[in-house]
Amino acid sequence: MSTQRTTGRRKQAVAAAAVVAALLSTAACGGGNDDDGGGSKTGAAGFDAANNKVAQASLAKKGGTLKFAGAQDADSWDTTRGYYGFMWNFSRYYSRQLVTNATAPGADGAKVTPDLATAAAKVSDDGKTYTYTLRDGSTWEDGKPITSKDVKYGIERAWAQDVLSGGPIYLQQVLDPKKEYKGPYKDKSADKLGLKAIETPDDKTIIFKLPEANSDFEEMLALTSASPVRQDKDTKSKYGLKPFSSGPYKFQSYTPSKGIVLVRNTEWKASSDPVRKAYPDKITVDFFTNANDMDQRLIKGDYDLDIGQTGLSPQGRTTALKEHKDNLDNPVSGYIRYAVFPQSVKPFDNEHCRKAVIYGADHQSLQTARGGPVAGGDIGTNMLPPSVPGSEGQKYDPYELATANKTGNVAKAKEELKACGKPNGFKTTVAVRNNKPVEVATAESLQASLKKVGITLEIDQFDGAQTTGIIGSPENVKKKGYGIIIMGWGPDFPSVQGYGLPLWSGDYILESGNNNFALIKDKTIDGLFDSYTKELDATKKAEISTEINHKVMEGGFYLPFVFEKFINWRSNRLANVYTTDGYSGQYDFVNLGLKK
Amino acid sequence: MARGTAAGPRAVLAYLIRRLFAAAVMLVVIILVVFGIFFLVPRWAGVDPATMFVGKQADPAAIEAVRQKLGLADPIFAQVWEFFKGIFVGRTYSSGGDVTDCAAPCFGYSFKSEQAIWPVLTDRFPVTLALALGAAFLWLLFGVAAGVLSALKRGSLWDRGAMIVALGGVSLPIYFTGMLSLAIFSYGLGWIDGRYVPLAESFTGWLGGMILPWVTLAFLYAAMYARITRATMLEVLGEDYIRTARAKGLTEPVVIGKHAMRSTMTPILTMLGMDLGALIGGAILTETTFSLPGLGGAVLQAIRDKDLPVILGVTLITSLAVIIANLLVDLLYAVIDPRVRLS
Amino acid sequence: MTELSKSGAAVGEPVKDSPAPSAFLEVRDLKVHFPTDDGLVKSVDGLSFTLEKGKTLGIVGESGSGKSVTSLGIMGLHTAGQYGKRKAQISGEIWLDGTELLTADPDHVRKLRGREMAMIFQDPLSALHPYYTIGQQIVEAYRIHHKVDKKTARRRAVEMLDRVGIPQPDKRVDSYPHEFSGGMRQRAMIAMSLVNNPELLIADEPTTALDVTVQAQILDLIRDLQKEFGSAVIVITHDLGVVAELSDDILVMYGGRCIERGPAEKVFYEPKHPYTWGLLGSMPRLDREQTERLIPVKGSPPSLINLPTGCAFNPRCSYADVPKDNVTRTVRPELAQVGSQHWAACHMTPEQRERIWTEEIAPKL
Repeated sequence: MSTQRTTGRRKQAVAAAAVVAALLSTAACGGGNDDDGGGSKTGAAGFDAANNKVAQASLAKKGGTLKFAGAQDADSWDTTRGYYGFMWNFSRYYSRQLVTNATAPGADGAKVTPDLATAAAKVSDDGKTYTYTLRDGSTWEDGKPITSKDVKYGIERAWAQDVLSGGPIYLQQVLDPKKEYKGPYKDKSADKLGLKAIETPDDKTIIFKLPEANSDFEEMLALTSASPVRQDKDTKSKYGLKPFSSGPYKFQSYTPSKGIVLVRNTEWKASSDPVRKAYPDKITVDFFTNANDMDQRLIKGDYDLDIGQTGLSPQGRTTALKEHKDNLDNPVSGYIRYAVFPQSVKPFDNEHCRKAVIYGADHQSLQTARGGPVAGGDIGTNMLPPSVPGSEGQKYDPYELATANKTGNVAKAKEELKACGKPNGFKTTVAVRNNKPVEVATAESLQASLKKVGITLEIDQFDGAQTTGIIGSPENVKKKGYGIIIMGWGPDFPSVQGYGLPLWSGDYILESGNNNFALIKDKTIDGLFDSYTKELDATKKAEISTEINHKVMEGGFYLPFVFEKFINWRSNRLANVYTTDGYSGQYDFVNLGLKK
Repeated sequence: MARGTAAGPRAVLAYLIRRLFAAAVMLVVIILVVFGIFFLVPRWAGVDPATMFVGKQADPAAIEAVRQKLGLADPIFAQVWEFFKGIFVGRTYSSGGDVTDCAAPCFGYSFKSEQAIWPVLTDRFPVTLALALGAAFLWLLFGVAAGVLSALKRGSLWDRGAMIVALGGVSLPIYFTGMLSLAIFSYGLGWIDGRYVPLAESFTGWLGGMILPWVTLAFLYAAMYARITRATMLEVLGEDYIRTARAKGLTEPVVIGKHAMRSTMTPILTMLGMDLGALIGGAILTETTFSLPGLGGAVLQAIRDKDLPVILGVTLITSLAVIIANLLVDLLYAVIDPRVRLS
Repeated sequence: MTELSKSGAAVGEPVKDSPAPSAFLEVRDLKVHFPTDDGLVKSVDGLSFTLEKGKTLGIVGESGSGKSVTSLGIMGLHTAGQYGKRKAQISGEIWLDGTELLTADPDHVRKLRGREMAMIFQDPLSALHPYYTIGQQIVEAYRIHHKVDKKTARRRAVEMLDRVGIPQPDKRVDSYPHEFSGGMRQRAMIAMSLVNNPELLIADEPTTALDVTVQAQILDLIRDLQKEFGSAVIVITHDLGVVAELSDDILVMYGGRCIERGPAEKVFYEPKHPYTWGLLGSMPRLDREQTERLIPVKGSPPSLINLPTGCAFNPRCSYADVPKDNVTRTVRPELAQVGSQHWAACHMTPEQRERIWTEEIAPKL
């Protein structure tokens, strides 16, 4: 989709550092054993009680102050500009969309459900026209009704990249691939609604006309960046300091990097909103500069949950696993951590040499380097995250990475080396971000296990802040001889398109900002993506996704490490808690309630 | 002989003016240097500073817009001039139909958090100031007292004990002592909440939030001050004028507390000036450890975000603080040590 | 009681057991020892003398002879404020106006300091506090011992500055020590010392740090003031010339002990100890052209930890072999009367001394 597929959400994936392996394995074994079936009424719900299921839904009461703690502020709270995963999740408190992720645990949470719209879109047979009717009674925080024009204006803002940079631009690419529209601020028409692809015949109707069909279009409309914005309340670049609310809460105060206070939007009517429960009276966010301090205060009970949802830091994790296991969930984050082999660097132009690395690696040791099964995640066996429809999880394991070859298969690796014409092995360079200690650890693990099959790795730690410039340039990768690049990737929205297109499509090989590091240019894969975007049936879409995943794995372009997992904290006070695939395993913020 | 009267108010005033002038020149030089480092050096090094502002979304339109907004396309001297002008009369950033006003004193504008730097600094400055002053009060009180006692009981068990503790205080990183104090008093014993509460909200809450940072920071510095006090006091006690004071029949508390302390305080005040100046620029580690919303936290955040205007602004404020602190120390010096006034 | 000199200053051996001497100041067998890592430093080792009001005693010796230690001992400054250091060991008796200072309550001694006994130090620049004005320092000295308000004390300070010959005293009272010239500073120091009309004034090398012309002025000043105040004065110096001008009696110290003492004119014109001869020789004489000079006193002062056996001066003495049987190196000479109220500690017979003095020393002086 995006020509500039960003790494926004990946940024959020704070690397889970290695902890004492023993502690983690006991925690993993102890799994659901002490689950008392929902936990006590005042206490914690139990380990993993809210992981892909709703914990203590009936205990949620109206009222109270829900307290978030955070170690980092969002990139922007402007619905057009935000790209951080937790910002998208949190923004549902103060912004509504035509459609949004269902407020349901696990995979159901990744399904799109009507929000401002009365129902899912009426889609034309060619898949190019989407028509929505807006619900009655939904209003802005000043009581004025939310109109189709507000929705259009909100979407149009993404075209003003010169003022409002930062957010995802999927809609721009789908609705106006030639970039004809210059954005509302340069719009010469009186109502500033000059984008031709969106029509608003009346205040209740909105019609999207796509030049090309895209079966994930509704997923894109469910993104926060498709939120309505009212033109007279648009403060342009400063909108993120106090967005004008269309949701159940509005901004009372916000000081960047210090804190946020949301209070009830009294104009919001529950009857107009089928999605949001709006339990608490008030929602606060306090930002900490010391992540360890924040974790301790979560454990102490000063706060209810981490807004970042990237897992406890190693110290806090150790304490929490020992003493407060019932307050923890261990969800899959949606990220896959992996090594990728650029075909431009010899001998990785030969698939047998790639496979030699895949077989030769010690996958268990890589998992341990990532933090072990609990803090790191299950051994990754393929390249489609478990949260994406069409994923088979560990069941699809073409190289038997989680089973027979768990600790590496030297014989098989040598066989592949022979087939590659390098029976004595070879030398290559592995590129790894220097600001991610866990990634450096995986590189070292790889280095150690590959030595046994005769492949010598030299580790090159590059400036993590310069990722786009260094490994995003295929020319530079070739020049530096980066045969292996260690990276991670998560979906912007749960679909093979939202995850894999920038990684695997031949059209996405870019001179800079490239994410197709393997330089995959495969007609079959490109064809599958084409048919995916045209296919409207969900089951068939999932089948295509599975197929794409298989093709990528068969090519031996990737060595997946783990299907990443986090250990997230929930306080004793929280009720109606669940993780959702809609936001990569985060708790669904918008419907969290408090017990008293 | 007439020199005696020259040390009066007029001499002090002249001294003051000289020092102020020097400080002003210093500040301009610092602005130029810092500005150069942050805006011009990247350009010469072939990096476009505009790309640092748009961050991950490298949309060419966005880059061009930032370039325009910041005036990065203008000649270097025009940029410096705009920056100086901004400090005194404010400035306006405009691009793509979006106009951003930055009122005087405009120390730049953060395009990450969409805020003018100055209000951020003035919002955060009091926290840092309170941290620095509170800690300074504690470390002066305890550091100097411990140092004097050590000097008077040189070689005693107290002296050795205090100096070992002081060595520890100097060597232990604030991150460690800070987390330790939090673990003990906040997480463990629960005596103190330890979270920052604005003074306007609750005085006791504020005190509760500041006490651990104060003590932690003061511990580090008290250790240094104890050592320097001890050394200086021992030196001063050997001075002839201390013997003279005793020969006059002064009681020992007066000899120590008045005559010896006054001389001992001179190097301590110099140190204090430097330390306060540096701390006001942002006790980054302390503020980070205790999540205090001061300048140090702002710097850390800005560095993480590569938010150059904030880094620039805070650097300037830091320099200003150091310069002012030094100026104050110099003036205080002139008050304490009459010999300074004429030099 | 032994005989007193006509001048009134007792230079004879004080009577050991008399608890209440009649002299104004009487020092009996004073010993001041400092323990160090290298051993016991015997800075003063058995010194006795007496001094009456209105009289001046000059104590002469080179540095390390124990003269300053003696004066600080009288002032009680070895015990006051010696924090942490190994304490000085002081024994003997110091009687001041009927009070024995070493056994007296330290706070009582403190009250005597500055009021009954005052001291003028060698280097007024370092002896005055650089951060306080002359006035403040004098006022402070006055107000410790007199319950008066600051104004009165200030008037007293101005009066004292005037008395010691500082021009425009009402202005200079607000000056800092560094704003004074060396001579003026010493005058101010003297003013501070005399502000409480002390009965005993100890001047420790009062002119050493000053240039020659100023030296004379200061000496004149001390003499004049002594007449005016009627105090007893001890002048400590390495310069025989200074004491000769000021003193009624002279006490010559070497290695922590007295080796010669007597009325000033006797010691100055008829010295009986080779060390005193040396001191005389090292004295610059303004009254006559000097063609040939004695080597002042060859060698360096003895170690106070290990004094030479016998006469402490023997290693440096050109006449150490004059007495028989190597006695100079084995037996410590006691003070012996060598003239009227004149004592010296030397093994040479009066005849030997007389011959050497007249034949070898006197002509060169």
